[in-house]
Amino acid sequence: MVSETGNLLETKDLMKWFPQRGGFLNRAQSYLRAVDGVSLTVRRGETVGLVGESGCGKTTLGRTIMRLTDPSGGSVKFEGKEISRLRRGALKPFRRKMQMVFQDPYASLDPRQNVRSAIVEPMRIHGITRSKKESNEFAEDLIDKVGLNPDHLSRFPHEFSGGQRQRIAVAIALAARPSFLVLDEPTSSLDVSVQAQVLTLLQDLKQNLGLTYLFISHNLAVIRQMCDRTAVMYLGRVVEYAPTGMLFENPKHPYTVALLSSVPIPDPRKRGQLAVLSGDVPNAVNIPSGCRFRTRCGFATDRCSSASPPLVEIEKDHWIECFYDIDFGRRSKTELAS
Amino acid sequence: MTAREEAGPILKISDLRVTFHTYAGDVKALNGVDLTVRKGEVLGLVGESGCGKSVTSLAVAGLLPPNAELESGTITLAGADILKMSREEIRQKRLTDIAMVFQDPMTYLNPVLTVGSQLLEIITQEPKLFLPALVRHRLEEIGPEGKEAPALAAERERLLSISRGGRPGRKEVERLARQYVVSTLRQVRLPDPEKVLDMYPFELSGGMRQRVMIAMALVRRPKLLLADEMTTALDVTVQAQILQLLRELRKEIDASIVLITHDLAVVAEVCDRVAVMYAGNIVELAGVEELYSDPLHPYTKGLLASIPRVDSARTRQVSIGGSVPNLLFPPSGCRFHPRCPKAFGKCPQVKPPLVEVKPGHLVACLLYEE
Amino acid sequence: MAEEARNRNSRTGRWADVRYMLHLFRQNPIVLAGAVISAASVIIALMSGLLVSSTYWNHITPGASLCWNNQLIDWHIANVFNCGGPVYPLGTDLYGRGLLQMIIVAIPVDLQIAFEVVASAMIIGTVLGGVAAYMGGVVDEIILRATDIFLAVPGILLAIVLLVVLGRTIPVLTTAVLITWWPFYVRLARSQVLSEKEKLYVERLKATGASGPRILFRHIIPNTIYPILIQGTLDIGAVILTVSALMFIGLTPDPKYPELGNLAKQGIQYIFTAPWMILFPGLTLLIISVGFNLLGDGIRDVFDPRLRR
Repeated sequence: MVSETGNLLETKDLMKWFPQRGGFLNRAQSYLRAVDGVSLTVRRGETVGLVGESGCGKTTLGRTIMRLTDPSGGSVKFEGKEISRLRRGALKPFRRKMQMVFQDPYASLDPRQNVRSAIVEPMRIHGITRSKKESNEFAEDLIDKVGLNPDHLSRFPHEFSGGQRQRIAVAIALAARPSFLVLDEPTSSLDVSVQAQVLTLLQDLKQNLGLTYLFISHNLAVIRQMCDRTAVMYLGRVVEYAPTGMLFENPKHPYTVALLSSVPIPDPRKRGQLAVLSGDVPNAVNIPSGCRFRTRCGFATDRCSSASPPLVEIEKDHWIECFYDIDFGRRSKTELAS
Repeated sequence: MTAREEAGPILKISDLRVTFHTYAGDVKALNGVDLTVRKGEVLGLVGESGCGKSVTSLAVAGLLPPNAELESGTITLAGADILKMSREEIRQKRLTDIAMVFQDPMTYLNPVLTVGSQLLEIITQEPKLFLPALVRHRLEEIGPEGKEAPALAAERERLLSISRGGRPGRKEVERLARQYVVSTLRQVRLPDPEKVLDMYPFELSGGMRQRVMIAMALVRRPKLLLADEMTTALDVTVQAQILQLLRELRKEIDASIVLITHDLAVVAEVCDRVAVMYAGNIVELAGVEELYSDPLHPYTKGLLASIPRVDSARTRQVSIGGSVPNLLFPPSGCRFHPRCPKAFGKCPQVKPPLVEVKPGHLVACLLYEE
Repeated sequence: MAEEARNRNSRTGRWADVRYMLHLFRQNPIVLAGAVISAASVIIALMSGLLVSSTYWNHITPGASLCWNNQLIDWHIANVFNCGGPVYPLGTDLYGRGLLQMIIVAIPVDLQIAFEVVASAMIIGTVLGGVAAYMGGVVDEIILRATDIFLAVPGILLAIVLLVVLGRTIPVLTTAVLITWWPFYVRLARSQVLSEKEKLYVERLKATGASGPRILFRHIIPNTIYPILIQGTLDIGAVILTVSALMFIGLTPDPKYPELGNLAKQGIQYIFTAPWMILFPGLTLLIISVGFNLLGDGIRDVFDPRLRR
């Protein structure tokens, strides 16, 4: 996980805390710890998935990495350079290389701007093209790459369907010729049949243009389809991180296991196997002491409430944040040496 | 045939056509919907956005907006023709026979009233309607004669006299209603129901709020429960809780459930039969296992092939080309034909009828016309 | 493709907003009346030079002063002077100038001042309010407090002081009214931009690397301009009334100045002997300001999403 070469993006103990203000003088009385120490790496050319339920911090993590919000602590390194403390001007060259696609295709486009103007804008901002002709040509190339027609360029967002708007959003993101794309629930607002189209498009683009993705989603099935490695988040921390196949076939963290077994399968022969995780996600303002998952964990011990488990490599490339190596079938556990 | 099936469908929709008159034109939302819901079954109504599944349930509940025009068709609920009823009669029906549970409890619960007052309101606005149920329920709670505590014996006497035509006081009705509501909250597995009554919606978690919504529906002892995207806004672990609740409730209550969703996995998990809708029509209707193992309609096949699955390592799904049609200008004939890989000559011209191709398996596709 | 061509018709295209507006005008006759009146006054203002000579207001015709020879209205006043000569449809004023002609010359004067004030207030207000909202922090505080100070000063008093001190000229008048007016637009623009800047497309633009000024001026402001335009339309009537009021109390550059309020001022002395002198300018003021008001209301109804469709 901590190999120095080949990492396009690296975060170390990244934190984003939101002060809850109140009381006299509007001081910060407590903090909502949305991202509470995340160390992640994304290698060039791969797709890393970030999965979790609402409130786990995955969207905030994506926004913090993109520097849309300032980190409260920790570091973010892009291509080996520290970007977590850079001011706006110094960030600009990085903005060209890191782009983002958002969840809501209806709100992420300026309704008064036509498609051509929206696609050309990043080119202007970063000086990618030198003339109007060049910009237009590149715009036409991009619109074609995302599966739309050149005559769509003169139209406005409200004339398009959700899936088409998302394609436009991808074209705009690609206009700056980035190497890294953060995709925040890109297909969650789309119909199922359109979702497949957009995911296929994203896969093709990644291959043809040599892109690297950070794919954020709450949909485990989509994550399994799209990602090479996956990180499972709970209450602001990564609790399990492994190559996707390994994560789905052999999950080792109790939350991952609970999450995977909560997902219904579109096959009635496999029904009735949903495991129900009791309770609700605790508030990110009042995080449980020790291991934050212990309040809902079926294997929690006293040690889990007194200390926070470290991130351990339980097998090659497979990391979990737990004190135990749990055998879920036999419901037994062995203590891990830290 | 089981006794349930013999007892006639609880809901029968025939050739329902609904058009919305909007400024931009006429949206032909429902294009002749045929559907039956049997007593005690859980029917899944599946489709993507704009297919008309929500419109269908709103039509059944009599909740269509003013610009909707019911052009033709019938809706029969427990033998009564809903479309011929007056607004008042439909309102009564909504109170006793049909209940709807919606997607986002935060929008459908009044944020300034406690959960308890909203639940009680359902009963206290028409106390006469609910009184027999309240009395019966409390009598069940007290237990069979001779087994209860002396204080309760007096209560039983009082209850029996009410059921014989006595007039209860307002406070009595409120007390009975409160007991009834508390036990309904218990039925939806809410911990500490007495406490929940005095809480406000924002104090509850998403899963708890959805349980409250279900309780609001169950309070009426409906014959038909329409759940419109009930779990769509919930986290997957909370969704699992609600689906388990649904499975348990099935055994306890006497209602038929129509589960409206776009999620084919949820449908596979809880439904007995599944109806697939596309652009205002039912295109396929079958038992749940039959539909997933042998889908006949090209749309159903395409849909099943395009969804990613947690239990599959397949990294590419096959997508259906094109997109859902704009119902201002719906395609002619079979509305799916522009996207259908198997479309042929007659498809743009003839709207395929829903026919039984195998026992219990209906399809609306010209491929199966013979 | 053919499917998409069918999907775009006149009701869902780029001009859908405009067509919907016309549709609403047809449905709501009051708004239509407002639109017609506003349009008519602008047209009269533009054609004023063609209808009446621009130096008309400076001529005095003593023989025709305070007379009425339009047979259509009988004022039942003794000793109505006879004008002799041409018919003056709305009578004459103290200086023997035909009132109809004077009104035609006065309308562009009032409208011009009003448009200048409103346009300037909109621009200044939008820029200051937009910058305040977008940048937040200290800049926001400074601009807000400055706005508060100007809001606290009673407008008419400030205008009077300025006119007295700096001289009673039209530019001073325009500036004085402008000073009273711009704070409202700052407030309005600020609240619009505050809510718009939370929208997702703004965040996307930031992620793309767009600079603050680009986001604010090329994206946010064009999207928030409608309420400001509506307020501007409503204010035209209000500004005309304010300017007229100032002229009415005597802050006019020249007693003969062709301005509706000034005409009314001249007329009030003769209200019993020559009532037309105050009546017609007053009526004109009323109609024009009501007209713009109705137009503004109508546009607001069109663009209020809650009342739509």
